[in-house]
Amino acid sequence: MSAISRDEVSHLAHLARIDLTDAELDRLAGQLDAIVDAVATVSAVAGEDVPATSHPLPLTNVMRPDVVGQCLPPESVLAGAPEAEQQRFRVPRILEEEQ
Amino acid sequence: MSADLVRLDAAALAEQLAAGHVSAVEATRAHLDRIEAVDGAVHAFLHVAGEQALATARDVDERRRAGETMAPLAGVPVAVKDVLTTTGLPTTCGSRILAGWVPPYDATVVRRLKAAGLPILGKTNMDEFAMGSSTEHSAYGPTRNPWDLERIPGGSGGGSAAAVAAFEAPLAIGTDTGGSIRQPGAVTGTVGVKPTYGGVSRYGLVALASSLDQAGPVTRAVLDAALLHETIGGHDPMDSTSLPDDVPPLVQAARRGAAGDGVRGLRVGVVRELDGEGYAPLVRRRFHEAVELLAGAGAEVVEVSCPSFAYALGAYYLILPSEASSNLAKFDAMRYGLRVVPEGVAEPTAAQVMSATRAAGFGDEVKRRIILGTYALSAGYYDAYYGSAQKVRTLIQRDFAAAFDAADVLLSPTAPTVAFRLGEKLDDPLAMYLNDIATIPANLAGVPGMSLPSGLAEDDLPAGVQLLAPARADERLYHVGAALEAMLVQQWGARILDRLPALEVSA
Repeated sequence: MSAISRDEVSHLAHLARIDLTDAELDRLAGQLDAIVDAVATVSAVAGEDVPATSHPLPLTNVMRPDVVGQCLPPESVLAGAPEAEQQRFRVPRILEEEQ
Repeated sequence: MSADLVRLDAAALAEQLAAGHVSAVEATRAHLDRIEAVDGAVHAFLHVAGEQALATARDVDERRRAGETMAPLAGVPVAVKDVLTTTGLPTTCGSRILAGWVPPYDATVVRRLKAAGLPILGKTNMDEFAMGSSTEHSAYGPTRNPWDLERIPGGSGGGSAAAVAAFEAPLAIGTDTGGSIRQPGAVTGTVGVKPTYGGVSRYGLVALASSLDQAGPVTRAVLDAALLHETIGGHDPMDSTSLPDDVPPLVQAARRGAAGDGVRGLRVGVVRELDGEGYAPLVRRRFHEAVELLAGAGAEVVEVSCPSFAYALGAYYLILPSEASSNLAKFDAMRYGLRVVPEGVAEPTAAQVMSATRAAGFGDEVKRRIILGTYALSAGYYDAYYGSAQKVRTLIQRDFAAAFDAADVLLSPTAPTVAFRLGEKLDDPLAMYLNDIATIPANLAGVPGMSLPSGLAEDDLPAGVQLLAPARADERLYHVGAALEAMLVQQWGARILDRLPALEVSA
């Protein structure tokens, strides 16, 4: 299977929202390559005719009556937040400068 | 008195409590004293909840004195893996990103423990977000194996297994995504059960891989596991993947097995692919002796073949990271947990804060698996990796279906070796992953599995035998497990943990 380059790991880290150091990028590129090689055997045995299983036991959608349930009070919901203001989570700006 | 109390099985302690020979406060205090004495060396606990546990115990004692009918395990202390949410107690999942987080709600498992009157001694150590097989990936330092403090207690639930093995708790809750209850059970000489997927609610279990995760009991005896399983199991409307079924009669099955009933004529399948190369010689010998014991009691031993198991590890290390990378996206530094603002960035964006937080808050193994999962789910690779892995899951289910046509239960060694030394596999992720080679197929297929001690193997350390049953037939594990346990203990003349070396006790 294809080798995972250092640049590719850097791109994946960006997608996954994890800042990686140069040392981490170097180490991960090698390790991921070895792991992907090892797990790639699965594509060899999975034939066209085999259906995929996404869940161990067959399930259908589970519904509940459309009634108001018990909810947590706002103060407990916000108790673990890094920052809260006016009963809301306070977050850093979400837009880039040019946007 | 106190030293004896901690050595009792949960079932025996429950009898003492019910008869009024011992109070729940005495039982709880004895375990808190034991934790105080040995946990400096073992490090099974991340948080000890002495006051709360004693408050529960006092309440149980009062209600019992008032003549109230109590649940079977009322007053028997329990330890809970730090991946289940607990109000009033931190829940960190072994991660820096959740340091000090106190959840606003109880997991259903925790709620049921509280309702049944079990004092919760504290939260047990684990590999970060349950990713690992040695508990070395905890951000708060490793747990040590009570059999040899220089060795790993298994993982990810090494804390729960070590707490029970070291007599710090008679019962613990673990969670098993690829073997995290059973493999620690094997290497610490304890009993661990992964129920049928959906048999125990996942509500409040911080998800690693949602289609694989399952909580279950960690104990020193099969009967104790049945009692705990019945306490926490059964349908939960808060978990849409929870089975609608009632909990099967597990305690009854365990008692029947211990009495030797129903072993004659039982079809026991030995899985050809989970034996031989890669398994340590004495681990194998103990396993085959266990099979012989069952055969001697009249069980019919058949060999079964599950050829797709060879691809289980590969499928698992695609499905798990994929689901984990998605589940762990919620650690975004906005609603709970750590927030780290990147240095040298004026007015950082939410995305930059999230990236800096996850860099600081996640350990190596978590980063590795999130990146791997992100890769496996990428456009262009999805069909080859994630899609193929899901097909392998179907093939493994077919193997199980064929095997269970020929056998009532399947047997294998739980883990390929006894406990290895701390640090030995830390730099080799693939070698670490191989620990779960025998336990992973059950998670992929959703079937229940149990590990119980098979004896002492290499270096006089414990090994485990794994029992597997069809989905929704958990009672077979307890029936056959208790029968095998009774025969093994009779042969040894003592329980395996009676041979645990004395731990250095700090005053």
